[in-house]
Amino acid sequence: MKKRLELSFDAAMLAALALAPFYLSSYHLSLLGRFLALAILSLGISLIWGWGGILSLGQGVFWGLGAYVLAMHLKLTGLAPGDIPDFMMWSGLDHLPGWWRLFQSPLPALVGAIAIPAAVAAGLAWLVFDRRVRGVYFALITQALALAFSTLLISEQAYTGGFNGLTDFTTIFGRVIIDPGFQRGIYWITLATLALCFLGCRWILNASFGKVLLAIRDGESRVRFLGYNPAAYKTVAFALAGALAGLSGALYILHVGVISPAMVGVVPSIEMVIAVAVGGRASLPGVILGTLLVNFGKDWISSAMPEVWQLAMGLLFILVVTVLPQGLAGIPGAAARLFRPRRKRQEPEAPRREMRKGAAMAAQEKD
Amino acid sequence: MGHAAIIAGQAFNGVSVASILLLTALGLALSFGVMNVINMAHGEMLMVGGYLAYVASRIAHGPMAFLLALLLSFLGATLLGALLELTVIQRLYGRPLDTLLATWGVSLILQQGARSLFGAIGVEVVAPRWLNGSFAVHSGAFAGLSLPYVRIFIVALTAVVLVSLMLFIARTRWGLYLRAVHQDREMAQALGVNTRWVDLAVFAVGTGVAGLAGAALALIAPVTPTVGQNYVVYAFLVVIVGGMGSLLGTALAALSIGLITAGAQMFTSVSLADVLLLVLVIVFIQFRPQGIVFKRSRVMKEA
Repeated sequence: MKKRLELSFDAAMLAALALAPFYLSSYHLSLLGRFLALAILSLGISLIWGWGGILSLGQGVFWGLGAYVLAMHLKLTGLAPGDIPDFMMWSGLDHLPGWWRLFQSPLPALVGAIAIPAAVAAGLAWLVFDRRVRGVYFALITQALALAFSTLLISEQAYTGGFNGLTDFTTIFGRVIIDPGFQRGIYWITLATLALCFLGCRWILNASFGKVLLAIRDGESRVRFLGYNPAAYKTVAFALAGALAGLSGALYILHVGVISPAMVGVVPSIEMVIAVAVGGRASLPGVILGTLLVNFGKDWISSAMPEVWQLAMGLLFILVVTVLPQGLAGIPGAAARLFRPRRKRQEPEAPRREMRKGAAMAAQEKD
Repeated sequence: MGHAAIIAGQAFNGVSVASILLLTALGLALSFGVMNVINMAHGEMLMVGGYLAYVASRIAHGPMAFLLALLLSFLGATLLGALLELTVIQRLYGRPLDTLLATWGVSLILQQGARSLFGAIGVEVVAPRWLNGSFAVHSGAFAGLSLPYVRIFIVALTAVVLVSLMLFIARTRWGLYLRAVHQDREMAQALGVNTRWVDLAVFAVGTGVAGLAGAALALIAPVTPTVGQNYVVYAFLVVIVGGMGSLLGTALAALSIGLITAGAQMFTSVSLADVLLLVLVIVFIQFRPQGIVFKRSRVMKEA
C-alpha cells in the first residue's frame, strides 16, 4: 500500500515536470531546468549524508569541476581555429594551455565533466577515510577545500577567467544555445538525466551496497568488526556523489550560461546541503522536492526583498535542524503516527528516529 | 634591510596572525572537546566583538578606553554565546553535524543583522596613542626590522588569555569540573557535577574569547559583517591539527599554521599559500589523525 502510494507520487511528479514546458513561461521554465539540474547534485548528497552519514561541505567543488570542464569546452567551440579565449588574451597568454586542449572535442569534455570530479572525490575520500578521519573533521576539511578551490579559481585568472569565470557560450554540438527550441530540449534532457540518476540511486541503495552504507552510518565500528572495510564503501559512495555533482554542474551551466568562483565556494556548498536537509536527507524524492522548493523560494524572496533572504535562510536552517530533522519527507510519517491508534504506536520505530538525549550522547561515535 | 630582518619580520607577522587564529580557535577547541559541538557561528562572535570594540571606541575616549572596549567585547560575546547555547545548542547535544548546520543558520542571521546595523562597508577602530609607533631595530643583523606595537600587543594579549585559561582549567574547582566532564560526562554527572552549567560556561567563555579576538583584529583590519567567515575556516583547521580539546595542541597548531602561511606567502601568492596549507593539513592527518596533542576522552571515543 505504502509502496504503491510512493510510486504514484513519483509518477505524478515526473508527469507534472515533463509537461512543464507547455504551461510554464520561458523564464520559469529556465529556473525549473536549472533547479532540476541541481537536484541531481542533491541526490548525491542524500547518498553520502542521508545514507552514509558523511556530511560534505565541499560539494560545490565537484559541481564546479564538472561545470568548468564543460564550460572550457563550450568556450573553445565558440572560437575560430587558432584563436584563444578573450580573457586569456587580456591576461597576456599567447597560446592555449595544453590541458585546455584536452576538452576541445565534445566527448572528452562530457566524460571529463563526470570522471574528473569523481576521481578527485575518490582520491580525497580515500586519503581521509582510510585514516579513519570522519564526521565533523571530514566536514571541516571539505569546507576548507571549497574555500581553497574558489580562491584558486579567482587567483589563476589567465587559466580560469578569474572572478568573472567563464561565460558567453554560443554553441554546443553545433547547436545555438539561446535558441528557445534548444532550451526546451535541454530541459527535457535534464529531466531525463535526473530521472535516470534517481532510479540509479534507488537501485544502488536497495542493493546490498545501500544496506552496508546505512550500517556504516549507524555503527561504523560494528561494520568493520563484521569484516567489511567501511573506508572502501564510503569512498565509492563519495565518488558517486562527486560524479553526480559534476554531471549536475555541467547541466546547470547549459541553463545558466555562466560559471564563476562565487557559485562554487563555501556558501553555495552549504546552501546545497540545506536544500537536502529541508527535503529530508534520506529520502530521494524528498531531496528533489526540497531542492526545488528552497531554490524557488530563494529566487522569489531574494528578488522581492533581498535583505530578508539571508535572515529567512538562517531561520530555515535552525528550524529544519531542531524541529524537523527528517525534513519535508518526515512530515507524512509524523502525521501518520499522530493519527494511528495507540496500540500500534509502540511498534519498533525506524532506526535513528527520536534518539533520547542519553542514547544520542552514547551514540556520538557515529558522527 | 637584510635577509635576516625580512625573515624575522615575516615570522613576526606569522606569529601575530597566529595569535588571532589562536584566540578564535580556543573557544572552538573547548566547545568541541567538552561538548562535541561545532559552532559555525563562532566567526560571527569575532565579528560581534569587533563591532562592540568599535562602538566602545566611539563612546569612550582617553588612553584607557581601548581596555574598556576589550572588556565590552568579551562580555558582549560571552552573553551572546550564552544566549545561543540556551536557545539552539542545548537542543542539539549529541548531533554534532546538526549543530554545524544550525549554527551556520545563526551565523547568517548575525551577519545580516550586522549589515543592517553598521552597513556592508567595514568600520575601523583607531588604536590608542600608546599603541602607535613600532619597535625598530637600527643596527646588528636585524637592522631595519620594525615591529608595530599594535601587533606586539595582540601577541601579548593572546599569551595572557592562553596562560590564564590553562591556569583556570588546571587550578580551579570549575576547571576540575570541566576536566571531569571532558573525560567522562556520565561519571561526572553521577558524582554531582552539574554538567548543564559546565556546558553553558564553557560555551559562553569560548565565544567571549572569540569576542576578544574580534576586538584585537579590529586594531589591524577593518571589521565587516563577513569578517568572521574568513577566519572561522582557518580556526577549524587549527582545531583539527591541534587535536580536539587540548589548549596546548591548539596553540602549537595555530603557531605552525600562522608561520607556514606567512612563510608560503613569501614564495607564492596568498591564494596558493591557502591551497598549500590545505594540502599540508590533509598530509598531516595521514600521520596523526588525532592531531598534535590527543587526550583520551569518553566524549571523543572513536571520534
